[in-house]
Amino acid sequence: MSAALSAFGQGKIETTVFGQNGAKPALAVIDFKGTGSQQYMAAFNSTLFSDLQNSGLFEMVSKSVFPLNNPQRPEDLRPEDNRQGFALQDWQGAPTKASHLAFGYTAAVNGALALYANLYDTRQPNLQAAQLMTPRYSGSLDEAGAIKVAHEFANDIIQKFGGAASLLGSRIYYISTRGGFDEVWVMDWDGNNQKQLTNLKSLSIMPTVSPDGSRIAFTTYAKGTPRIMMINTDTGRPLPFYNQEASLNTTPSFTPDGKQIYYASSAAGLAQIFAANIDGQGFRRITHRDAICVEPKVNPKNGNLVLFVSGPGAQQIYRMNAEGADVQRVTNGEGEASNPSWSPDGQKMAFSWTRGYAKGEWNVFVMDIGSGQYIQLTHGEGKNENPVWAPDGRHLVFTSTRSGRPQIYTMLADGSQVKQLTQQGSNRYPVWGVK
Amino acid sequence: MKTLSQVRLSRLTSFTLIAILAIFATACGKKKTPLPPPPPPPSANTNGPSMNTPGKPVVAEFTGEPSSVERGQSAQLRWSVTGATEISINHGIGTVPATGTRSITPTETTTWTLTATGPAGTTTGTATISVTNPAPPPPPPTNTNRNPKGTVETRVQSDLQDILFDYDSNNLRDDARAILQADAEALKRIFADFPTATIYVEGHCDERGSAEYNLGLGDRRASATREFLTQQGVPVDRLKTISFGKERPTCTEATEGCYQRNRRAHFAAGQ
Repeated sequence: MSAALSAFGQGKIETTVFGQNGAKPALAVIDFKGTGSQQYMAAFNSTLFSDLQNSGLFEMVSKSVFPLNNPQRPEDLRPEDNRQGFALQDWQGAPTKASHLAFGYTAAVNGALALYANLYDTRQPNLQAAQLMTPRYSGSLDEAGAIKVAHEFANDIIQKFGGAASLLGSRIYYISTRGGFDEVWVMDWDGNNQKQLTNLKSLSIMPTVSPDGSRIAFTTYAKGTPRIMMINTDTGRPLPFYNQEASLNTTPSFTPDGKQIYYASSAAGLAQIFAANIDGQGFRRITHRDAICVEPKVNPKNGNLVLFVSGPGAQQIYRMNAEGADVQRVTNGEGEASNPSWSPDGQKMAFSWTRGYAKGEWNVFVMDIGSGQYIQLTHGEGKNENPVWAPDGRHLVFTSTRSGRPQIYTMLADGSQVKQLTQQGSNRYPVWGVK
Repeated sequence: MKTLSQVRLSRLTSFTLIAILAIFATACGKKKTPLPPPPPPPSANTNGPSMNTPGKPVVAEFTGEPSSVERGQSAQLRWSVTGATEISINHGIGTVPATGTRSITPTETTTWTLTATGPAGTTTGTATISVTNPAPPPPPPTNTNRNPKGTVETRVQSDLQDILFDYDSNNLRDDARAILQADAEALKRIFADFPTATIYVEGHCDERGSAEYNLGLGDRRASATREFLTQQGVPVDRLKTISFGKERPTCTEATEGCYQRNRRAHFAAGQ
């Protein structure tokens, strides 16, 4: 854990913010072998391992401390093996100290790839109690099929432990300049399959994705002044959205039921928060403040709790109810704060803050909304902005200038496992959709 | 691939050989035909200073043809690279094969950079295509004298001055008000000369505030500017506002001088 987190009092705040109690499960993953599918097993094993490691749920046991024998089938297991590996207690004991064991194999069956997978709890007194799952998967007999079944097995293990939605199939929408204009792009959650979604040849910025992943709304200058545009995420085709007569309509976000849009508009003079039906009709003004209001974000579990960014004075994050009453400042007034993003459980807010740094030097923070306690996840490696939670509630995607031009990165919500997803052009304003 | 020392050795060898031959020829004194000149270095027709570094990829050719086009006409980039594992061209072309051509229609004079990356390093080459404005179409028939007043674009550019703001503020400073007095008179003259023109007041911000908040701030700056101008008698329906937040900076240095230049209201002719 980082030095700056220790400065906050380390474990206490981490536990409060992330609700973690006790150690992570220690998971040993034996390299799977293949019969007629052996040439795809390197891809399979690396996919399975990295999915499980990236989940942040497990302490991955090093292969260097594995026992001699590696079971491949449940029938390989026996009560005693003289610490050679065919007994579960061989894995539970020192030096391996695995609480859980994943093993299995693949085989070419009728031209397809079959995965026979197993997950055991090594601490149970007998094999029957120890067997947690013995799932079977099928994929095409090639590397893509091997990677697919590895993702699926990892996904099922992750769900078994976290109960949270996995990232498999989730996608990140963002703005990229690599085609010459700022257009909306989309990629898989791990950075694969980057492709352009809009071709407006204008300036398009700040996308947001609907809870079901079927729509994105963003701000575009395609018709002159900045307006909100909505498109279908599968086809890229525009969907109707009524923009108020205003010099500025921007920072849309969907309500958790996907039926309404909150956004900022200058229709009443300076930018204020409005709410409207998903097609922009039936709009109504929410805030009545003598300060700029942008970035409304409705809590995913409580439609009556809305975060937004406003003044007076230096920009801070505020909260209000769905009709704009009960306004309270959420950040403590230090520095400038922006980009609130709700965790899927509605308990935590990721945001950008200049606290402790010069103006414009943004870092990513996470705050527990109930207690107001926060941790700092980035520490001045370039400017770090626009953090958005993944559907699993454990990852964040964000923009950083740490390698020069702005690029998109993911990390775990404790600041670890930072991974760069984009390289070409400038890439900004990421949001994480369930698909 | 030759190692550096091998290359040096072989160069040394050929140099020595030539020298020995030369000495021999001179010493002999009977030669009738002069020695042939050494062969030209490979890829002599390439650009850039580091093309012949041993081991690096070689950009044998990277040209734009023709080197000058009229706006709207297309041209062709042609390249040939050896010894590279990855080759890319900027301005949106991306990764390309080792040899190829690409048709482009540049809207302004553009220099493309080809970057060839190989195990031993990176070589770049550039190709420039100049874009000239096509001859203007003949003017429409008119009964009045030809207009000596230029275009709205040139008038906006020459007659109107930006105004500057303090950080996170849309207050019009004294210096801004003085400039806007002059801008108001200039705007009235432009609108008198171009009765159908509209002009945009653009609001911009420096790079420090968040992009989202700055859209709101730029909007306030533009509308405060427009309000002052209409109080000076500029027709309200001819001025529109648009906020670019911090999306279109005029400079990008992280200095207060550049921050100040970006905290501005700027004028642009409407479409």
